[in-house]
Amino acid sequence: MNARHVTLAGLLAILIAAPLVTPPYFMHLLIQILLWGFIYTAWSIMGRFGFVSLGHGAFVGVGAYVPALLWNYYDVTPWAGIPLGVQLSALLGLVIGYPCFRLKVVGHYFALVTLALSQVVMLSIVAARDITGGSLGFTPKAAGHSWYALQFPEKGYFYAIALALWLGGLAVWHLVDRGIGREALDAISEDEEAAAAVGIDVMREKLRVTVISAALTALGGAILGQYLMYLNPETLSGIGVSLQIVFAAIVGGTYSMLGPTVGSLLTTSLNEGLRVAFGTNFIGAANTIYGVLLILFIIFMPRGIVGALQNLNRPLRKPTAKVRASG
Amino acid sequence: MDIYLLEAIINGILLGGVLALLALGLNLIFGVIDVVWIAYADLVMCGMYVVYWLYAELGWPLPLACAAAIAGVAVLGVLVHVLIIAPILGSAPINQLLATGGLLFFLQSFATLVFGTEFRNLGLRLPIIELGDIYVSSARLLAFAMALIGAIALYFFLRRTFIGTAIRAIAQDRDIVGLMGVDQRRIYLVTSAIGGALAGLAACLLALQYDVHPFIGNTFGPLIFMICVLGGLGDMIGGFIAAFIISQIISIGGYYANTELSYVLAFTFFIVLMFARPRGILVR
Repeated sequence: MNARHVTLAGLLAILIAAPLVTPPYFMHLLIQILLWGFIYTAWSIMGRFGFVSLGHGAFVGVGAYVPALLWNYYDVTPWAGIPLGVQLSALLGLVIGYPCFRLKVVGHYFALVTLALSQVVMLSIVAARDITGGSLGFTPKAAGHSWYALQFPEKGYFYAIALALWLGGLAVWHLVDRGIGREALDAISEDEEAAAAVGIDVMREKLRVTVISAALTALGGAILGQYLMYLNPETLSGIGVSLQIVFAAIVGGTYSMLGPTVGSLLTTSLNEGLRVAFGTNFIGAANTIYGVLLILFIIFMPRGIVGALQNLNRPLRKPTAKVRASG
Repeated sequence: MDIYLLEAIINGILLGGVLALLALGLNLIFGVIDVVWIAYADLVMCGMYVVYWLYAELGWPLPLACAAAIAGVAVLGVLVHVLIIAPILGSAPINQLLATGGLLFFLQSFATLVFGTEFRNLGLRLPIIELGDIYVSSARLLAFAMALIGAIALYFFLRRTFIGTAIRAIAQDRDIVGLMGVDQRRIYLVTSAIGGALAGLAACLLALQYDVHPFIGNTFGPLIFMICVLGGLGDMIGGFIAAFIISQIISIGGYYANTELSYVLAFTFFIVLMFARPRGILVR
């Protein structure tokens, strides 16, 4: 037990005690921070190894829409709908990942192929407007307080779910980080050919993190949908959400466990803060500043806030400059 | 043959011209600087607002407004390079892509801040041309012709001028060109300006056909990336051909089903073809 553990335990105790004293509006923010933090963490499970996916909006969308549609049209409980959505997402990850990795679609190409995937999902949702409500959005049938429907008007329940989910996400991140596969993945992200030459099953390792990442992202999307009780293709799928995920993860720091969560905390509070500060008279003011900050972050702090803080602690080890892949 | 289908095919060809122009600009920047400007379509959006503002609000003559938009977006292109890309030229390419993604957020929200989210149009109705039983919008015809002229002008610029030759050389081998006495930084600036100018020209042509709003870049931005990747990033001829393939899918798909489904079809076609020809349609 060292200082680090004590800090983390203290933090956890505060998070568990938070609902007792927090007013509803801040509870709402906290739940969103935790759920998005979970999704960003899920993204970074693959993103940290240089597999930058701009397609995670697709997984959020599938995860959120599948259980909601099943619930409204077939009265299928989310307890069955959510696993189905998660499995579909994992399958989607496999279907897009396998050919990509087989054909060595990497870097720009991988980012743009996955971007197309997120557009396919978003536009499909919009196109099926008779079923999904299209761009107008979709509201799951309300069932009051119900475990069967996984709906709780009381925020405390969703806070507990979000907290558990987030901790689970960190645990998965940790397992991947400490697993044998991690060295292999590091090697792959440095030099795929060389990794294959020393006997690493490149395809298997890459697919494994992709499927884990896709499944967790879908789970996050599903719970987010259950919590918000309103699904919209613009806010839960497509290029906008995909970029939101990537940016928050990068701002916080992709390479450390708490980085994506810090990104979620920062971007959510920034957005809310700016929204409150500027009001609705200046729609866009908040995101204008957000955009500038993102650019500055990527230029000056490519390892994110947590990464930069870690560098401060170790002033002797200079961060090694990334060598361009294509000479 | 069904007359409406024929009309859809013709409209597809006309749309393809403008998309091809944008694909050329993006490919030029990628080929030379090795950067994907995710915000490229949003530069077009800025250009459309310039045309709208100068023509519809300030009452400038349209050609003058268009010239100003082309020049303005060219300057914007240079600024993007100097302020965003140049400081991180040495870092991982994906970081550069993401930095221009930040620019996307910035431009969209800034446009919202200045103009609001209303759809705006030039209030200009160009006549519809009647060819037998087929109706063709002259705005689209004009856009197609101008896009082709732009593409041909770019071709001659790259082939016939010294700086054009240097640009082509740098796309082939970045390291050797420096040894030949070419100033890389200057080439990058010129390339960014040309890329911006092409976006500006496309903005003028699109402003004639579509209403402008802050998020219009999201509708055809992903389309342009897809076209570039389909043709092979940096491959100008491939991109040119891919633009017409995609625009046909969208146009004919829109005729048989609806717009969104035709986009879904186009994106799916892209993903499938990516796996068949991962380095572009012209490369085996």
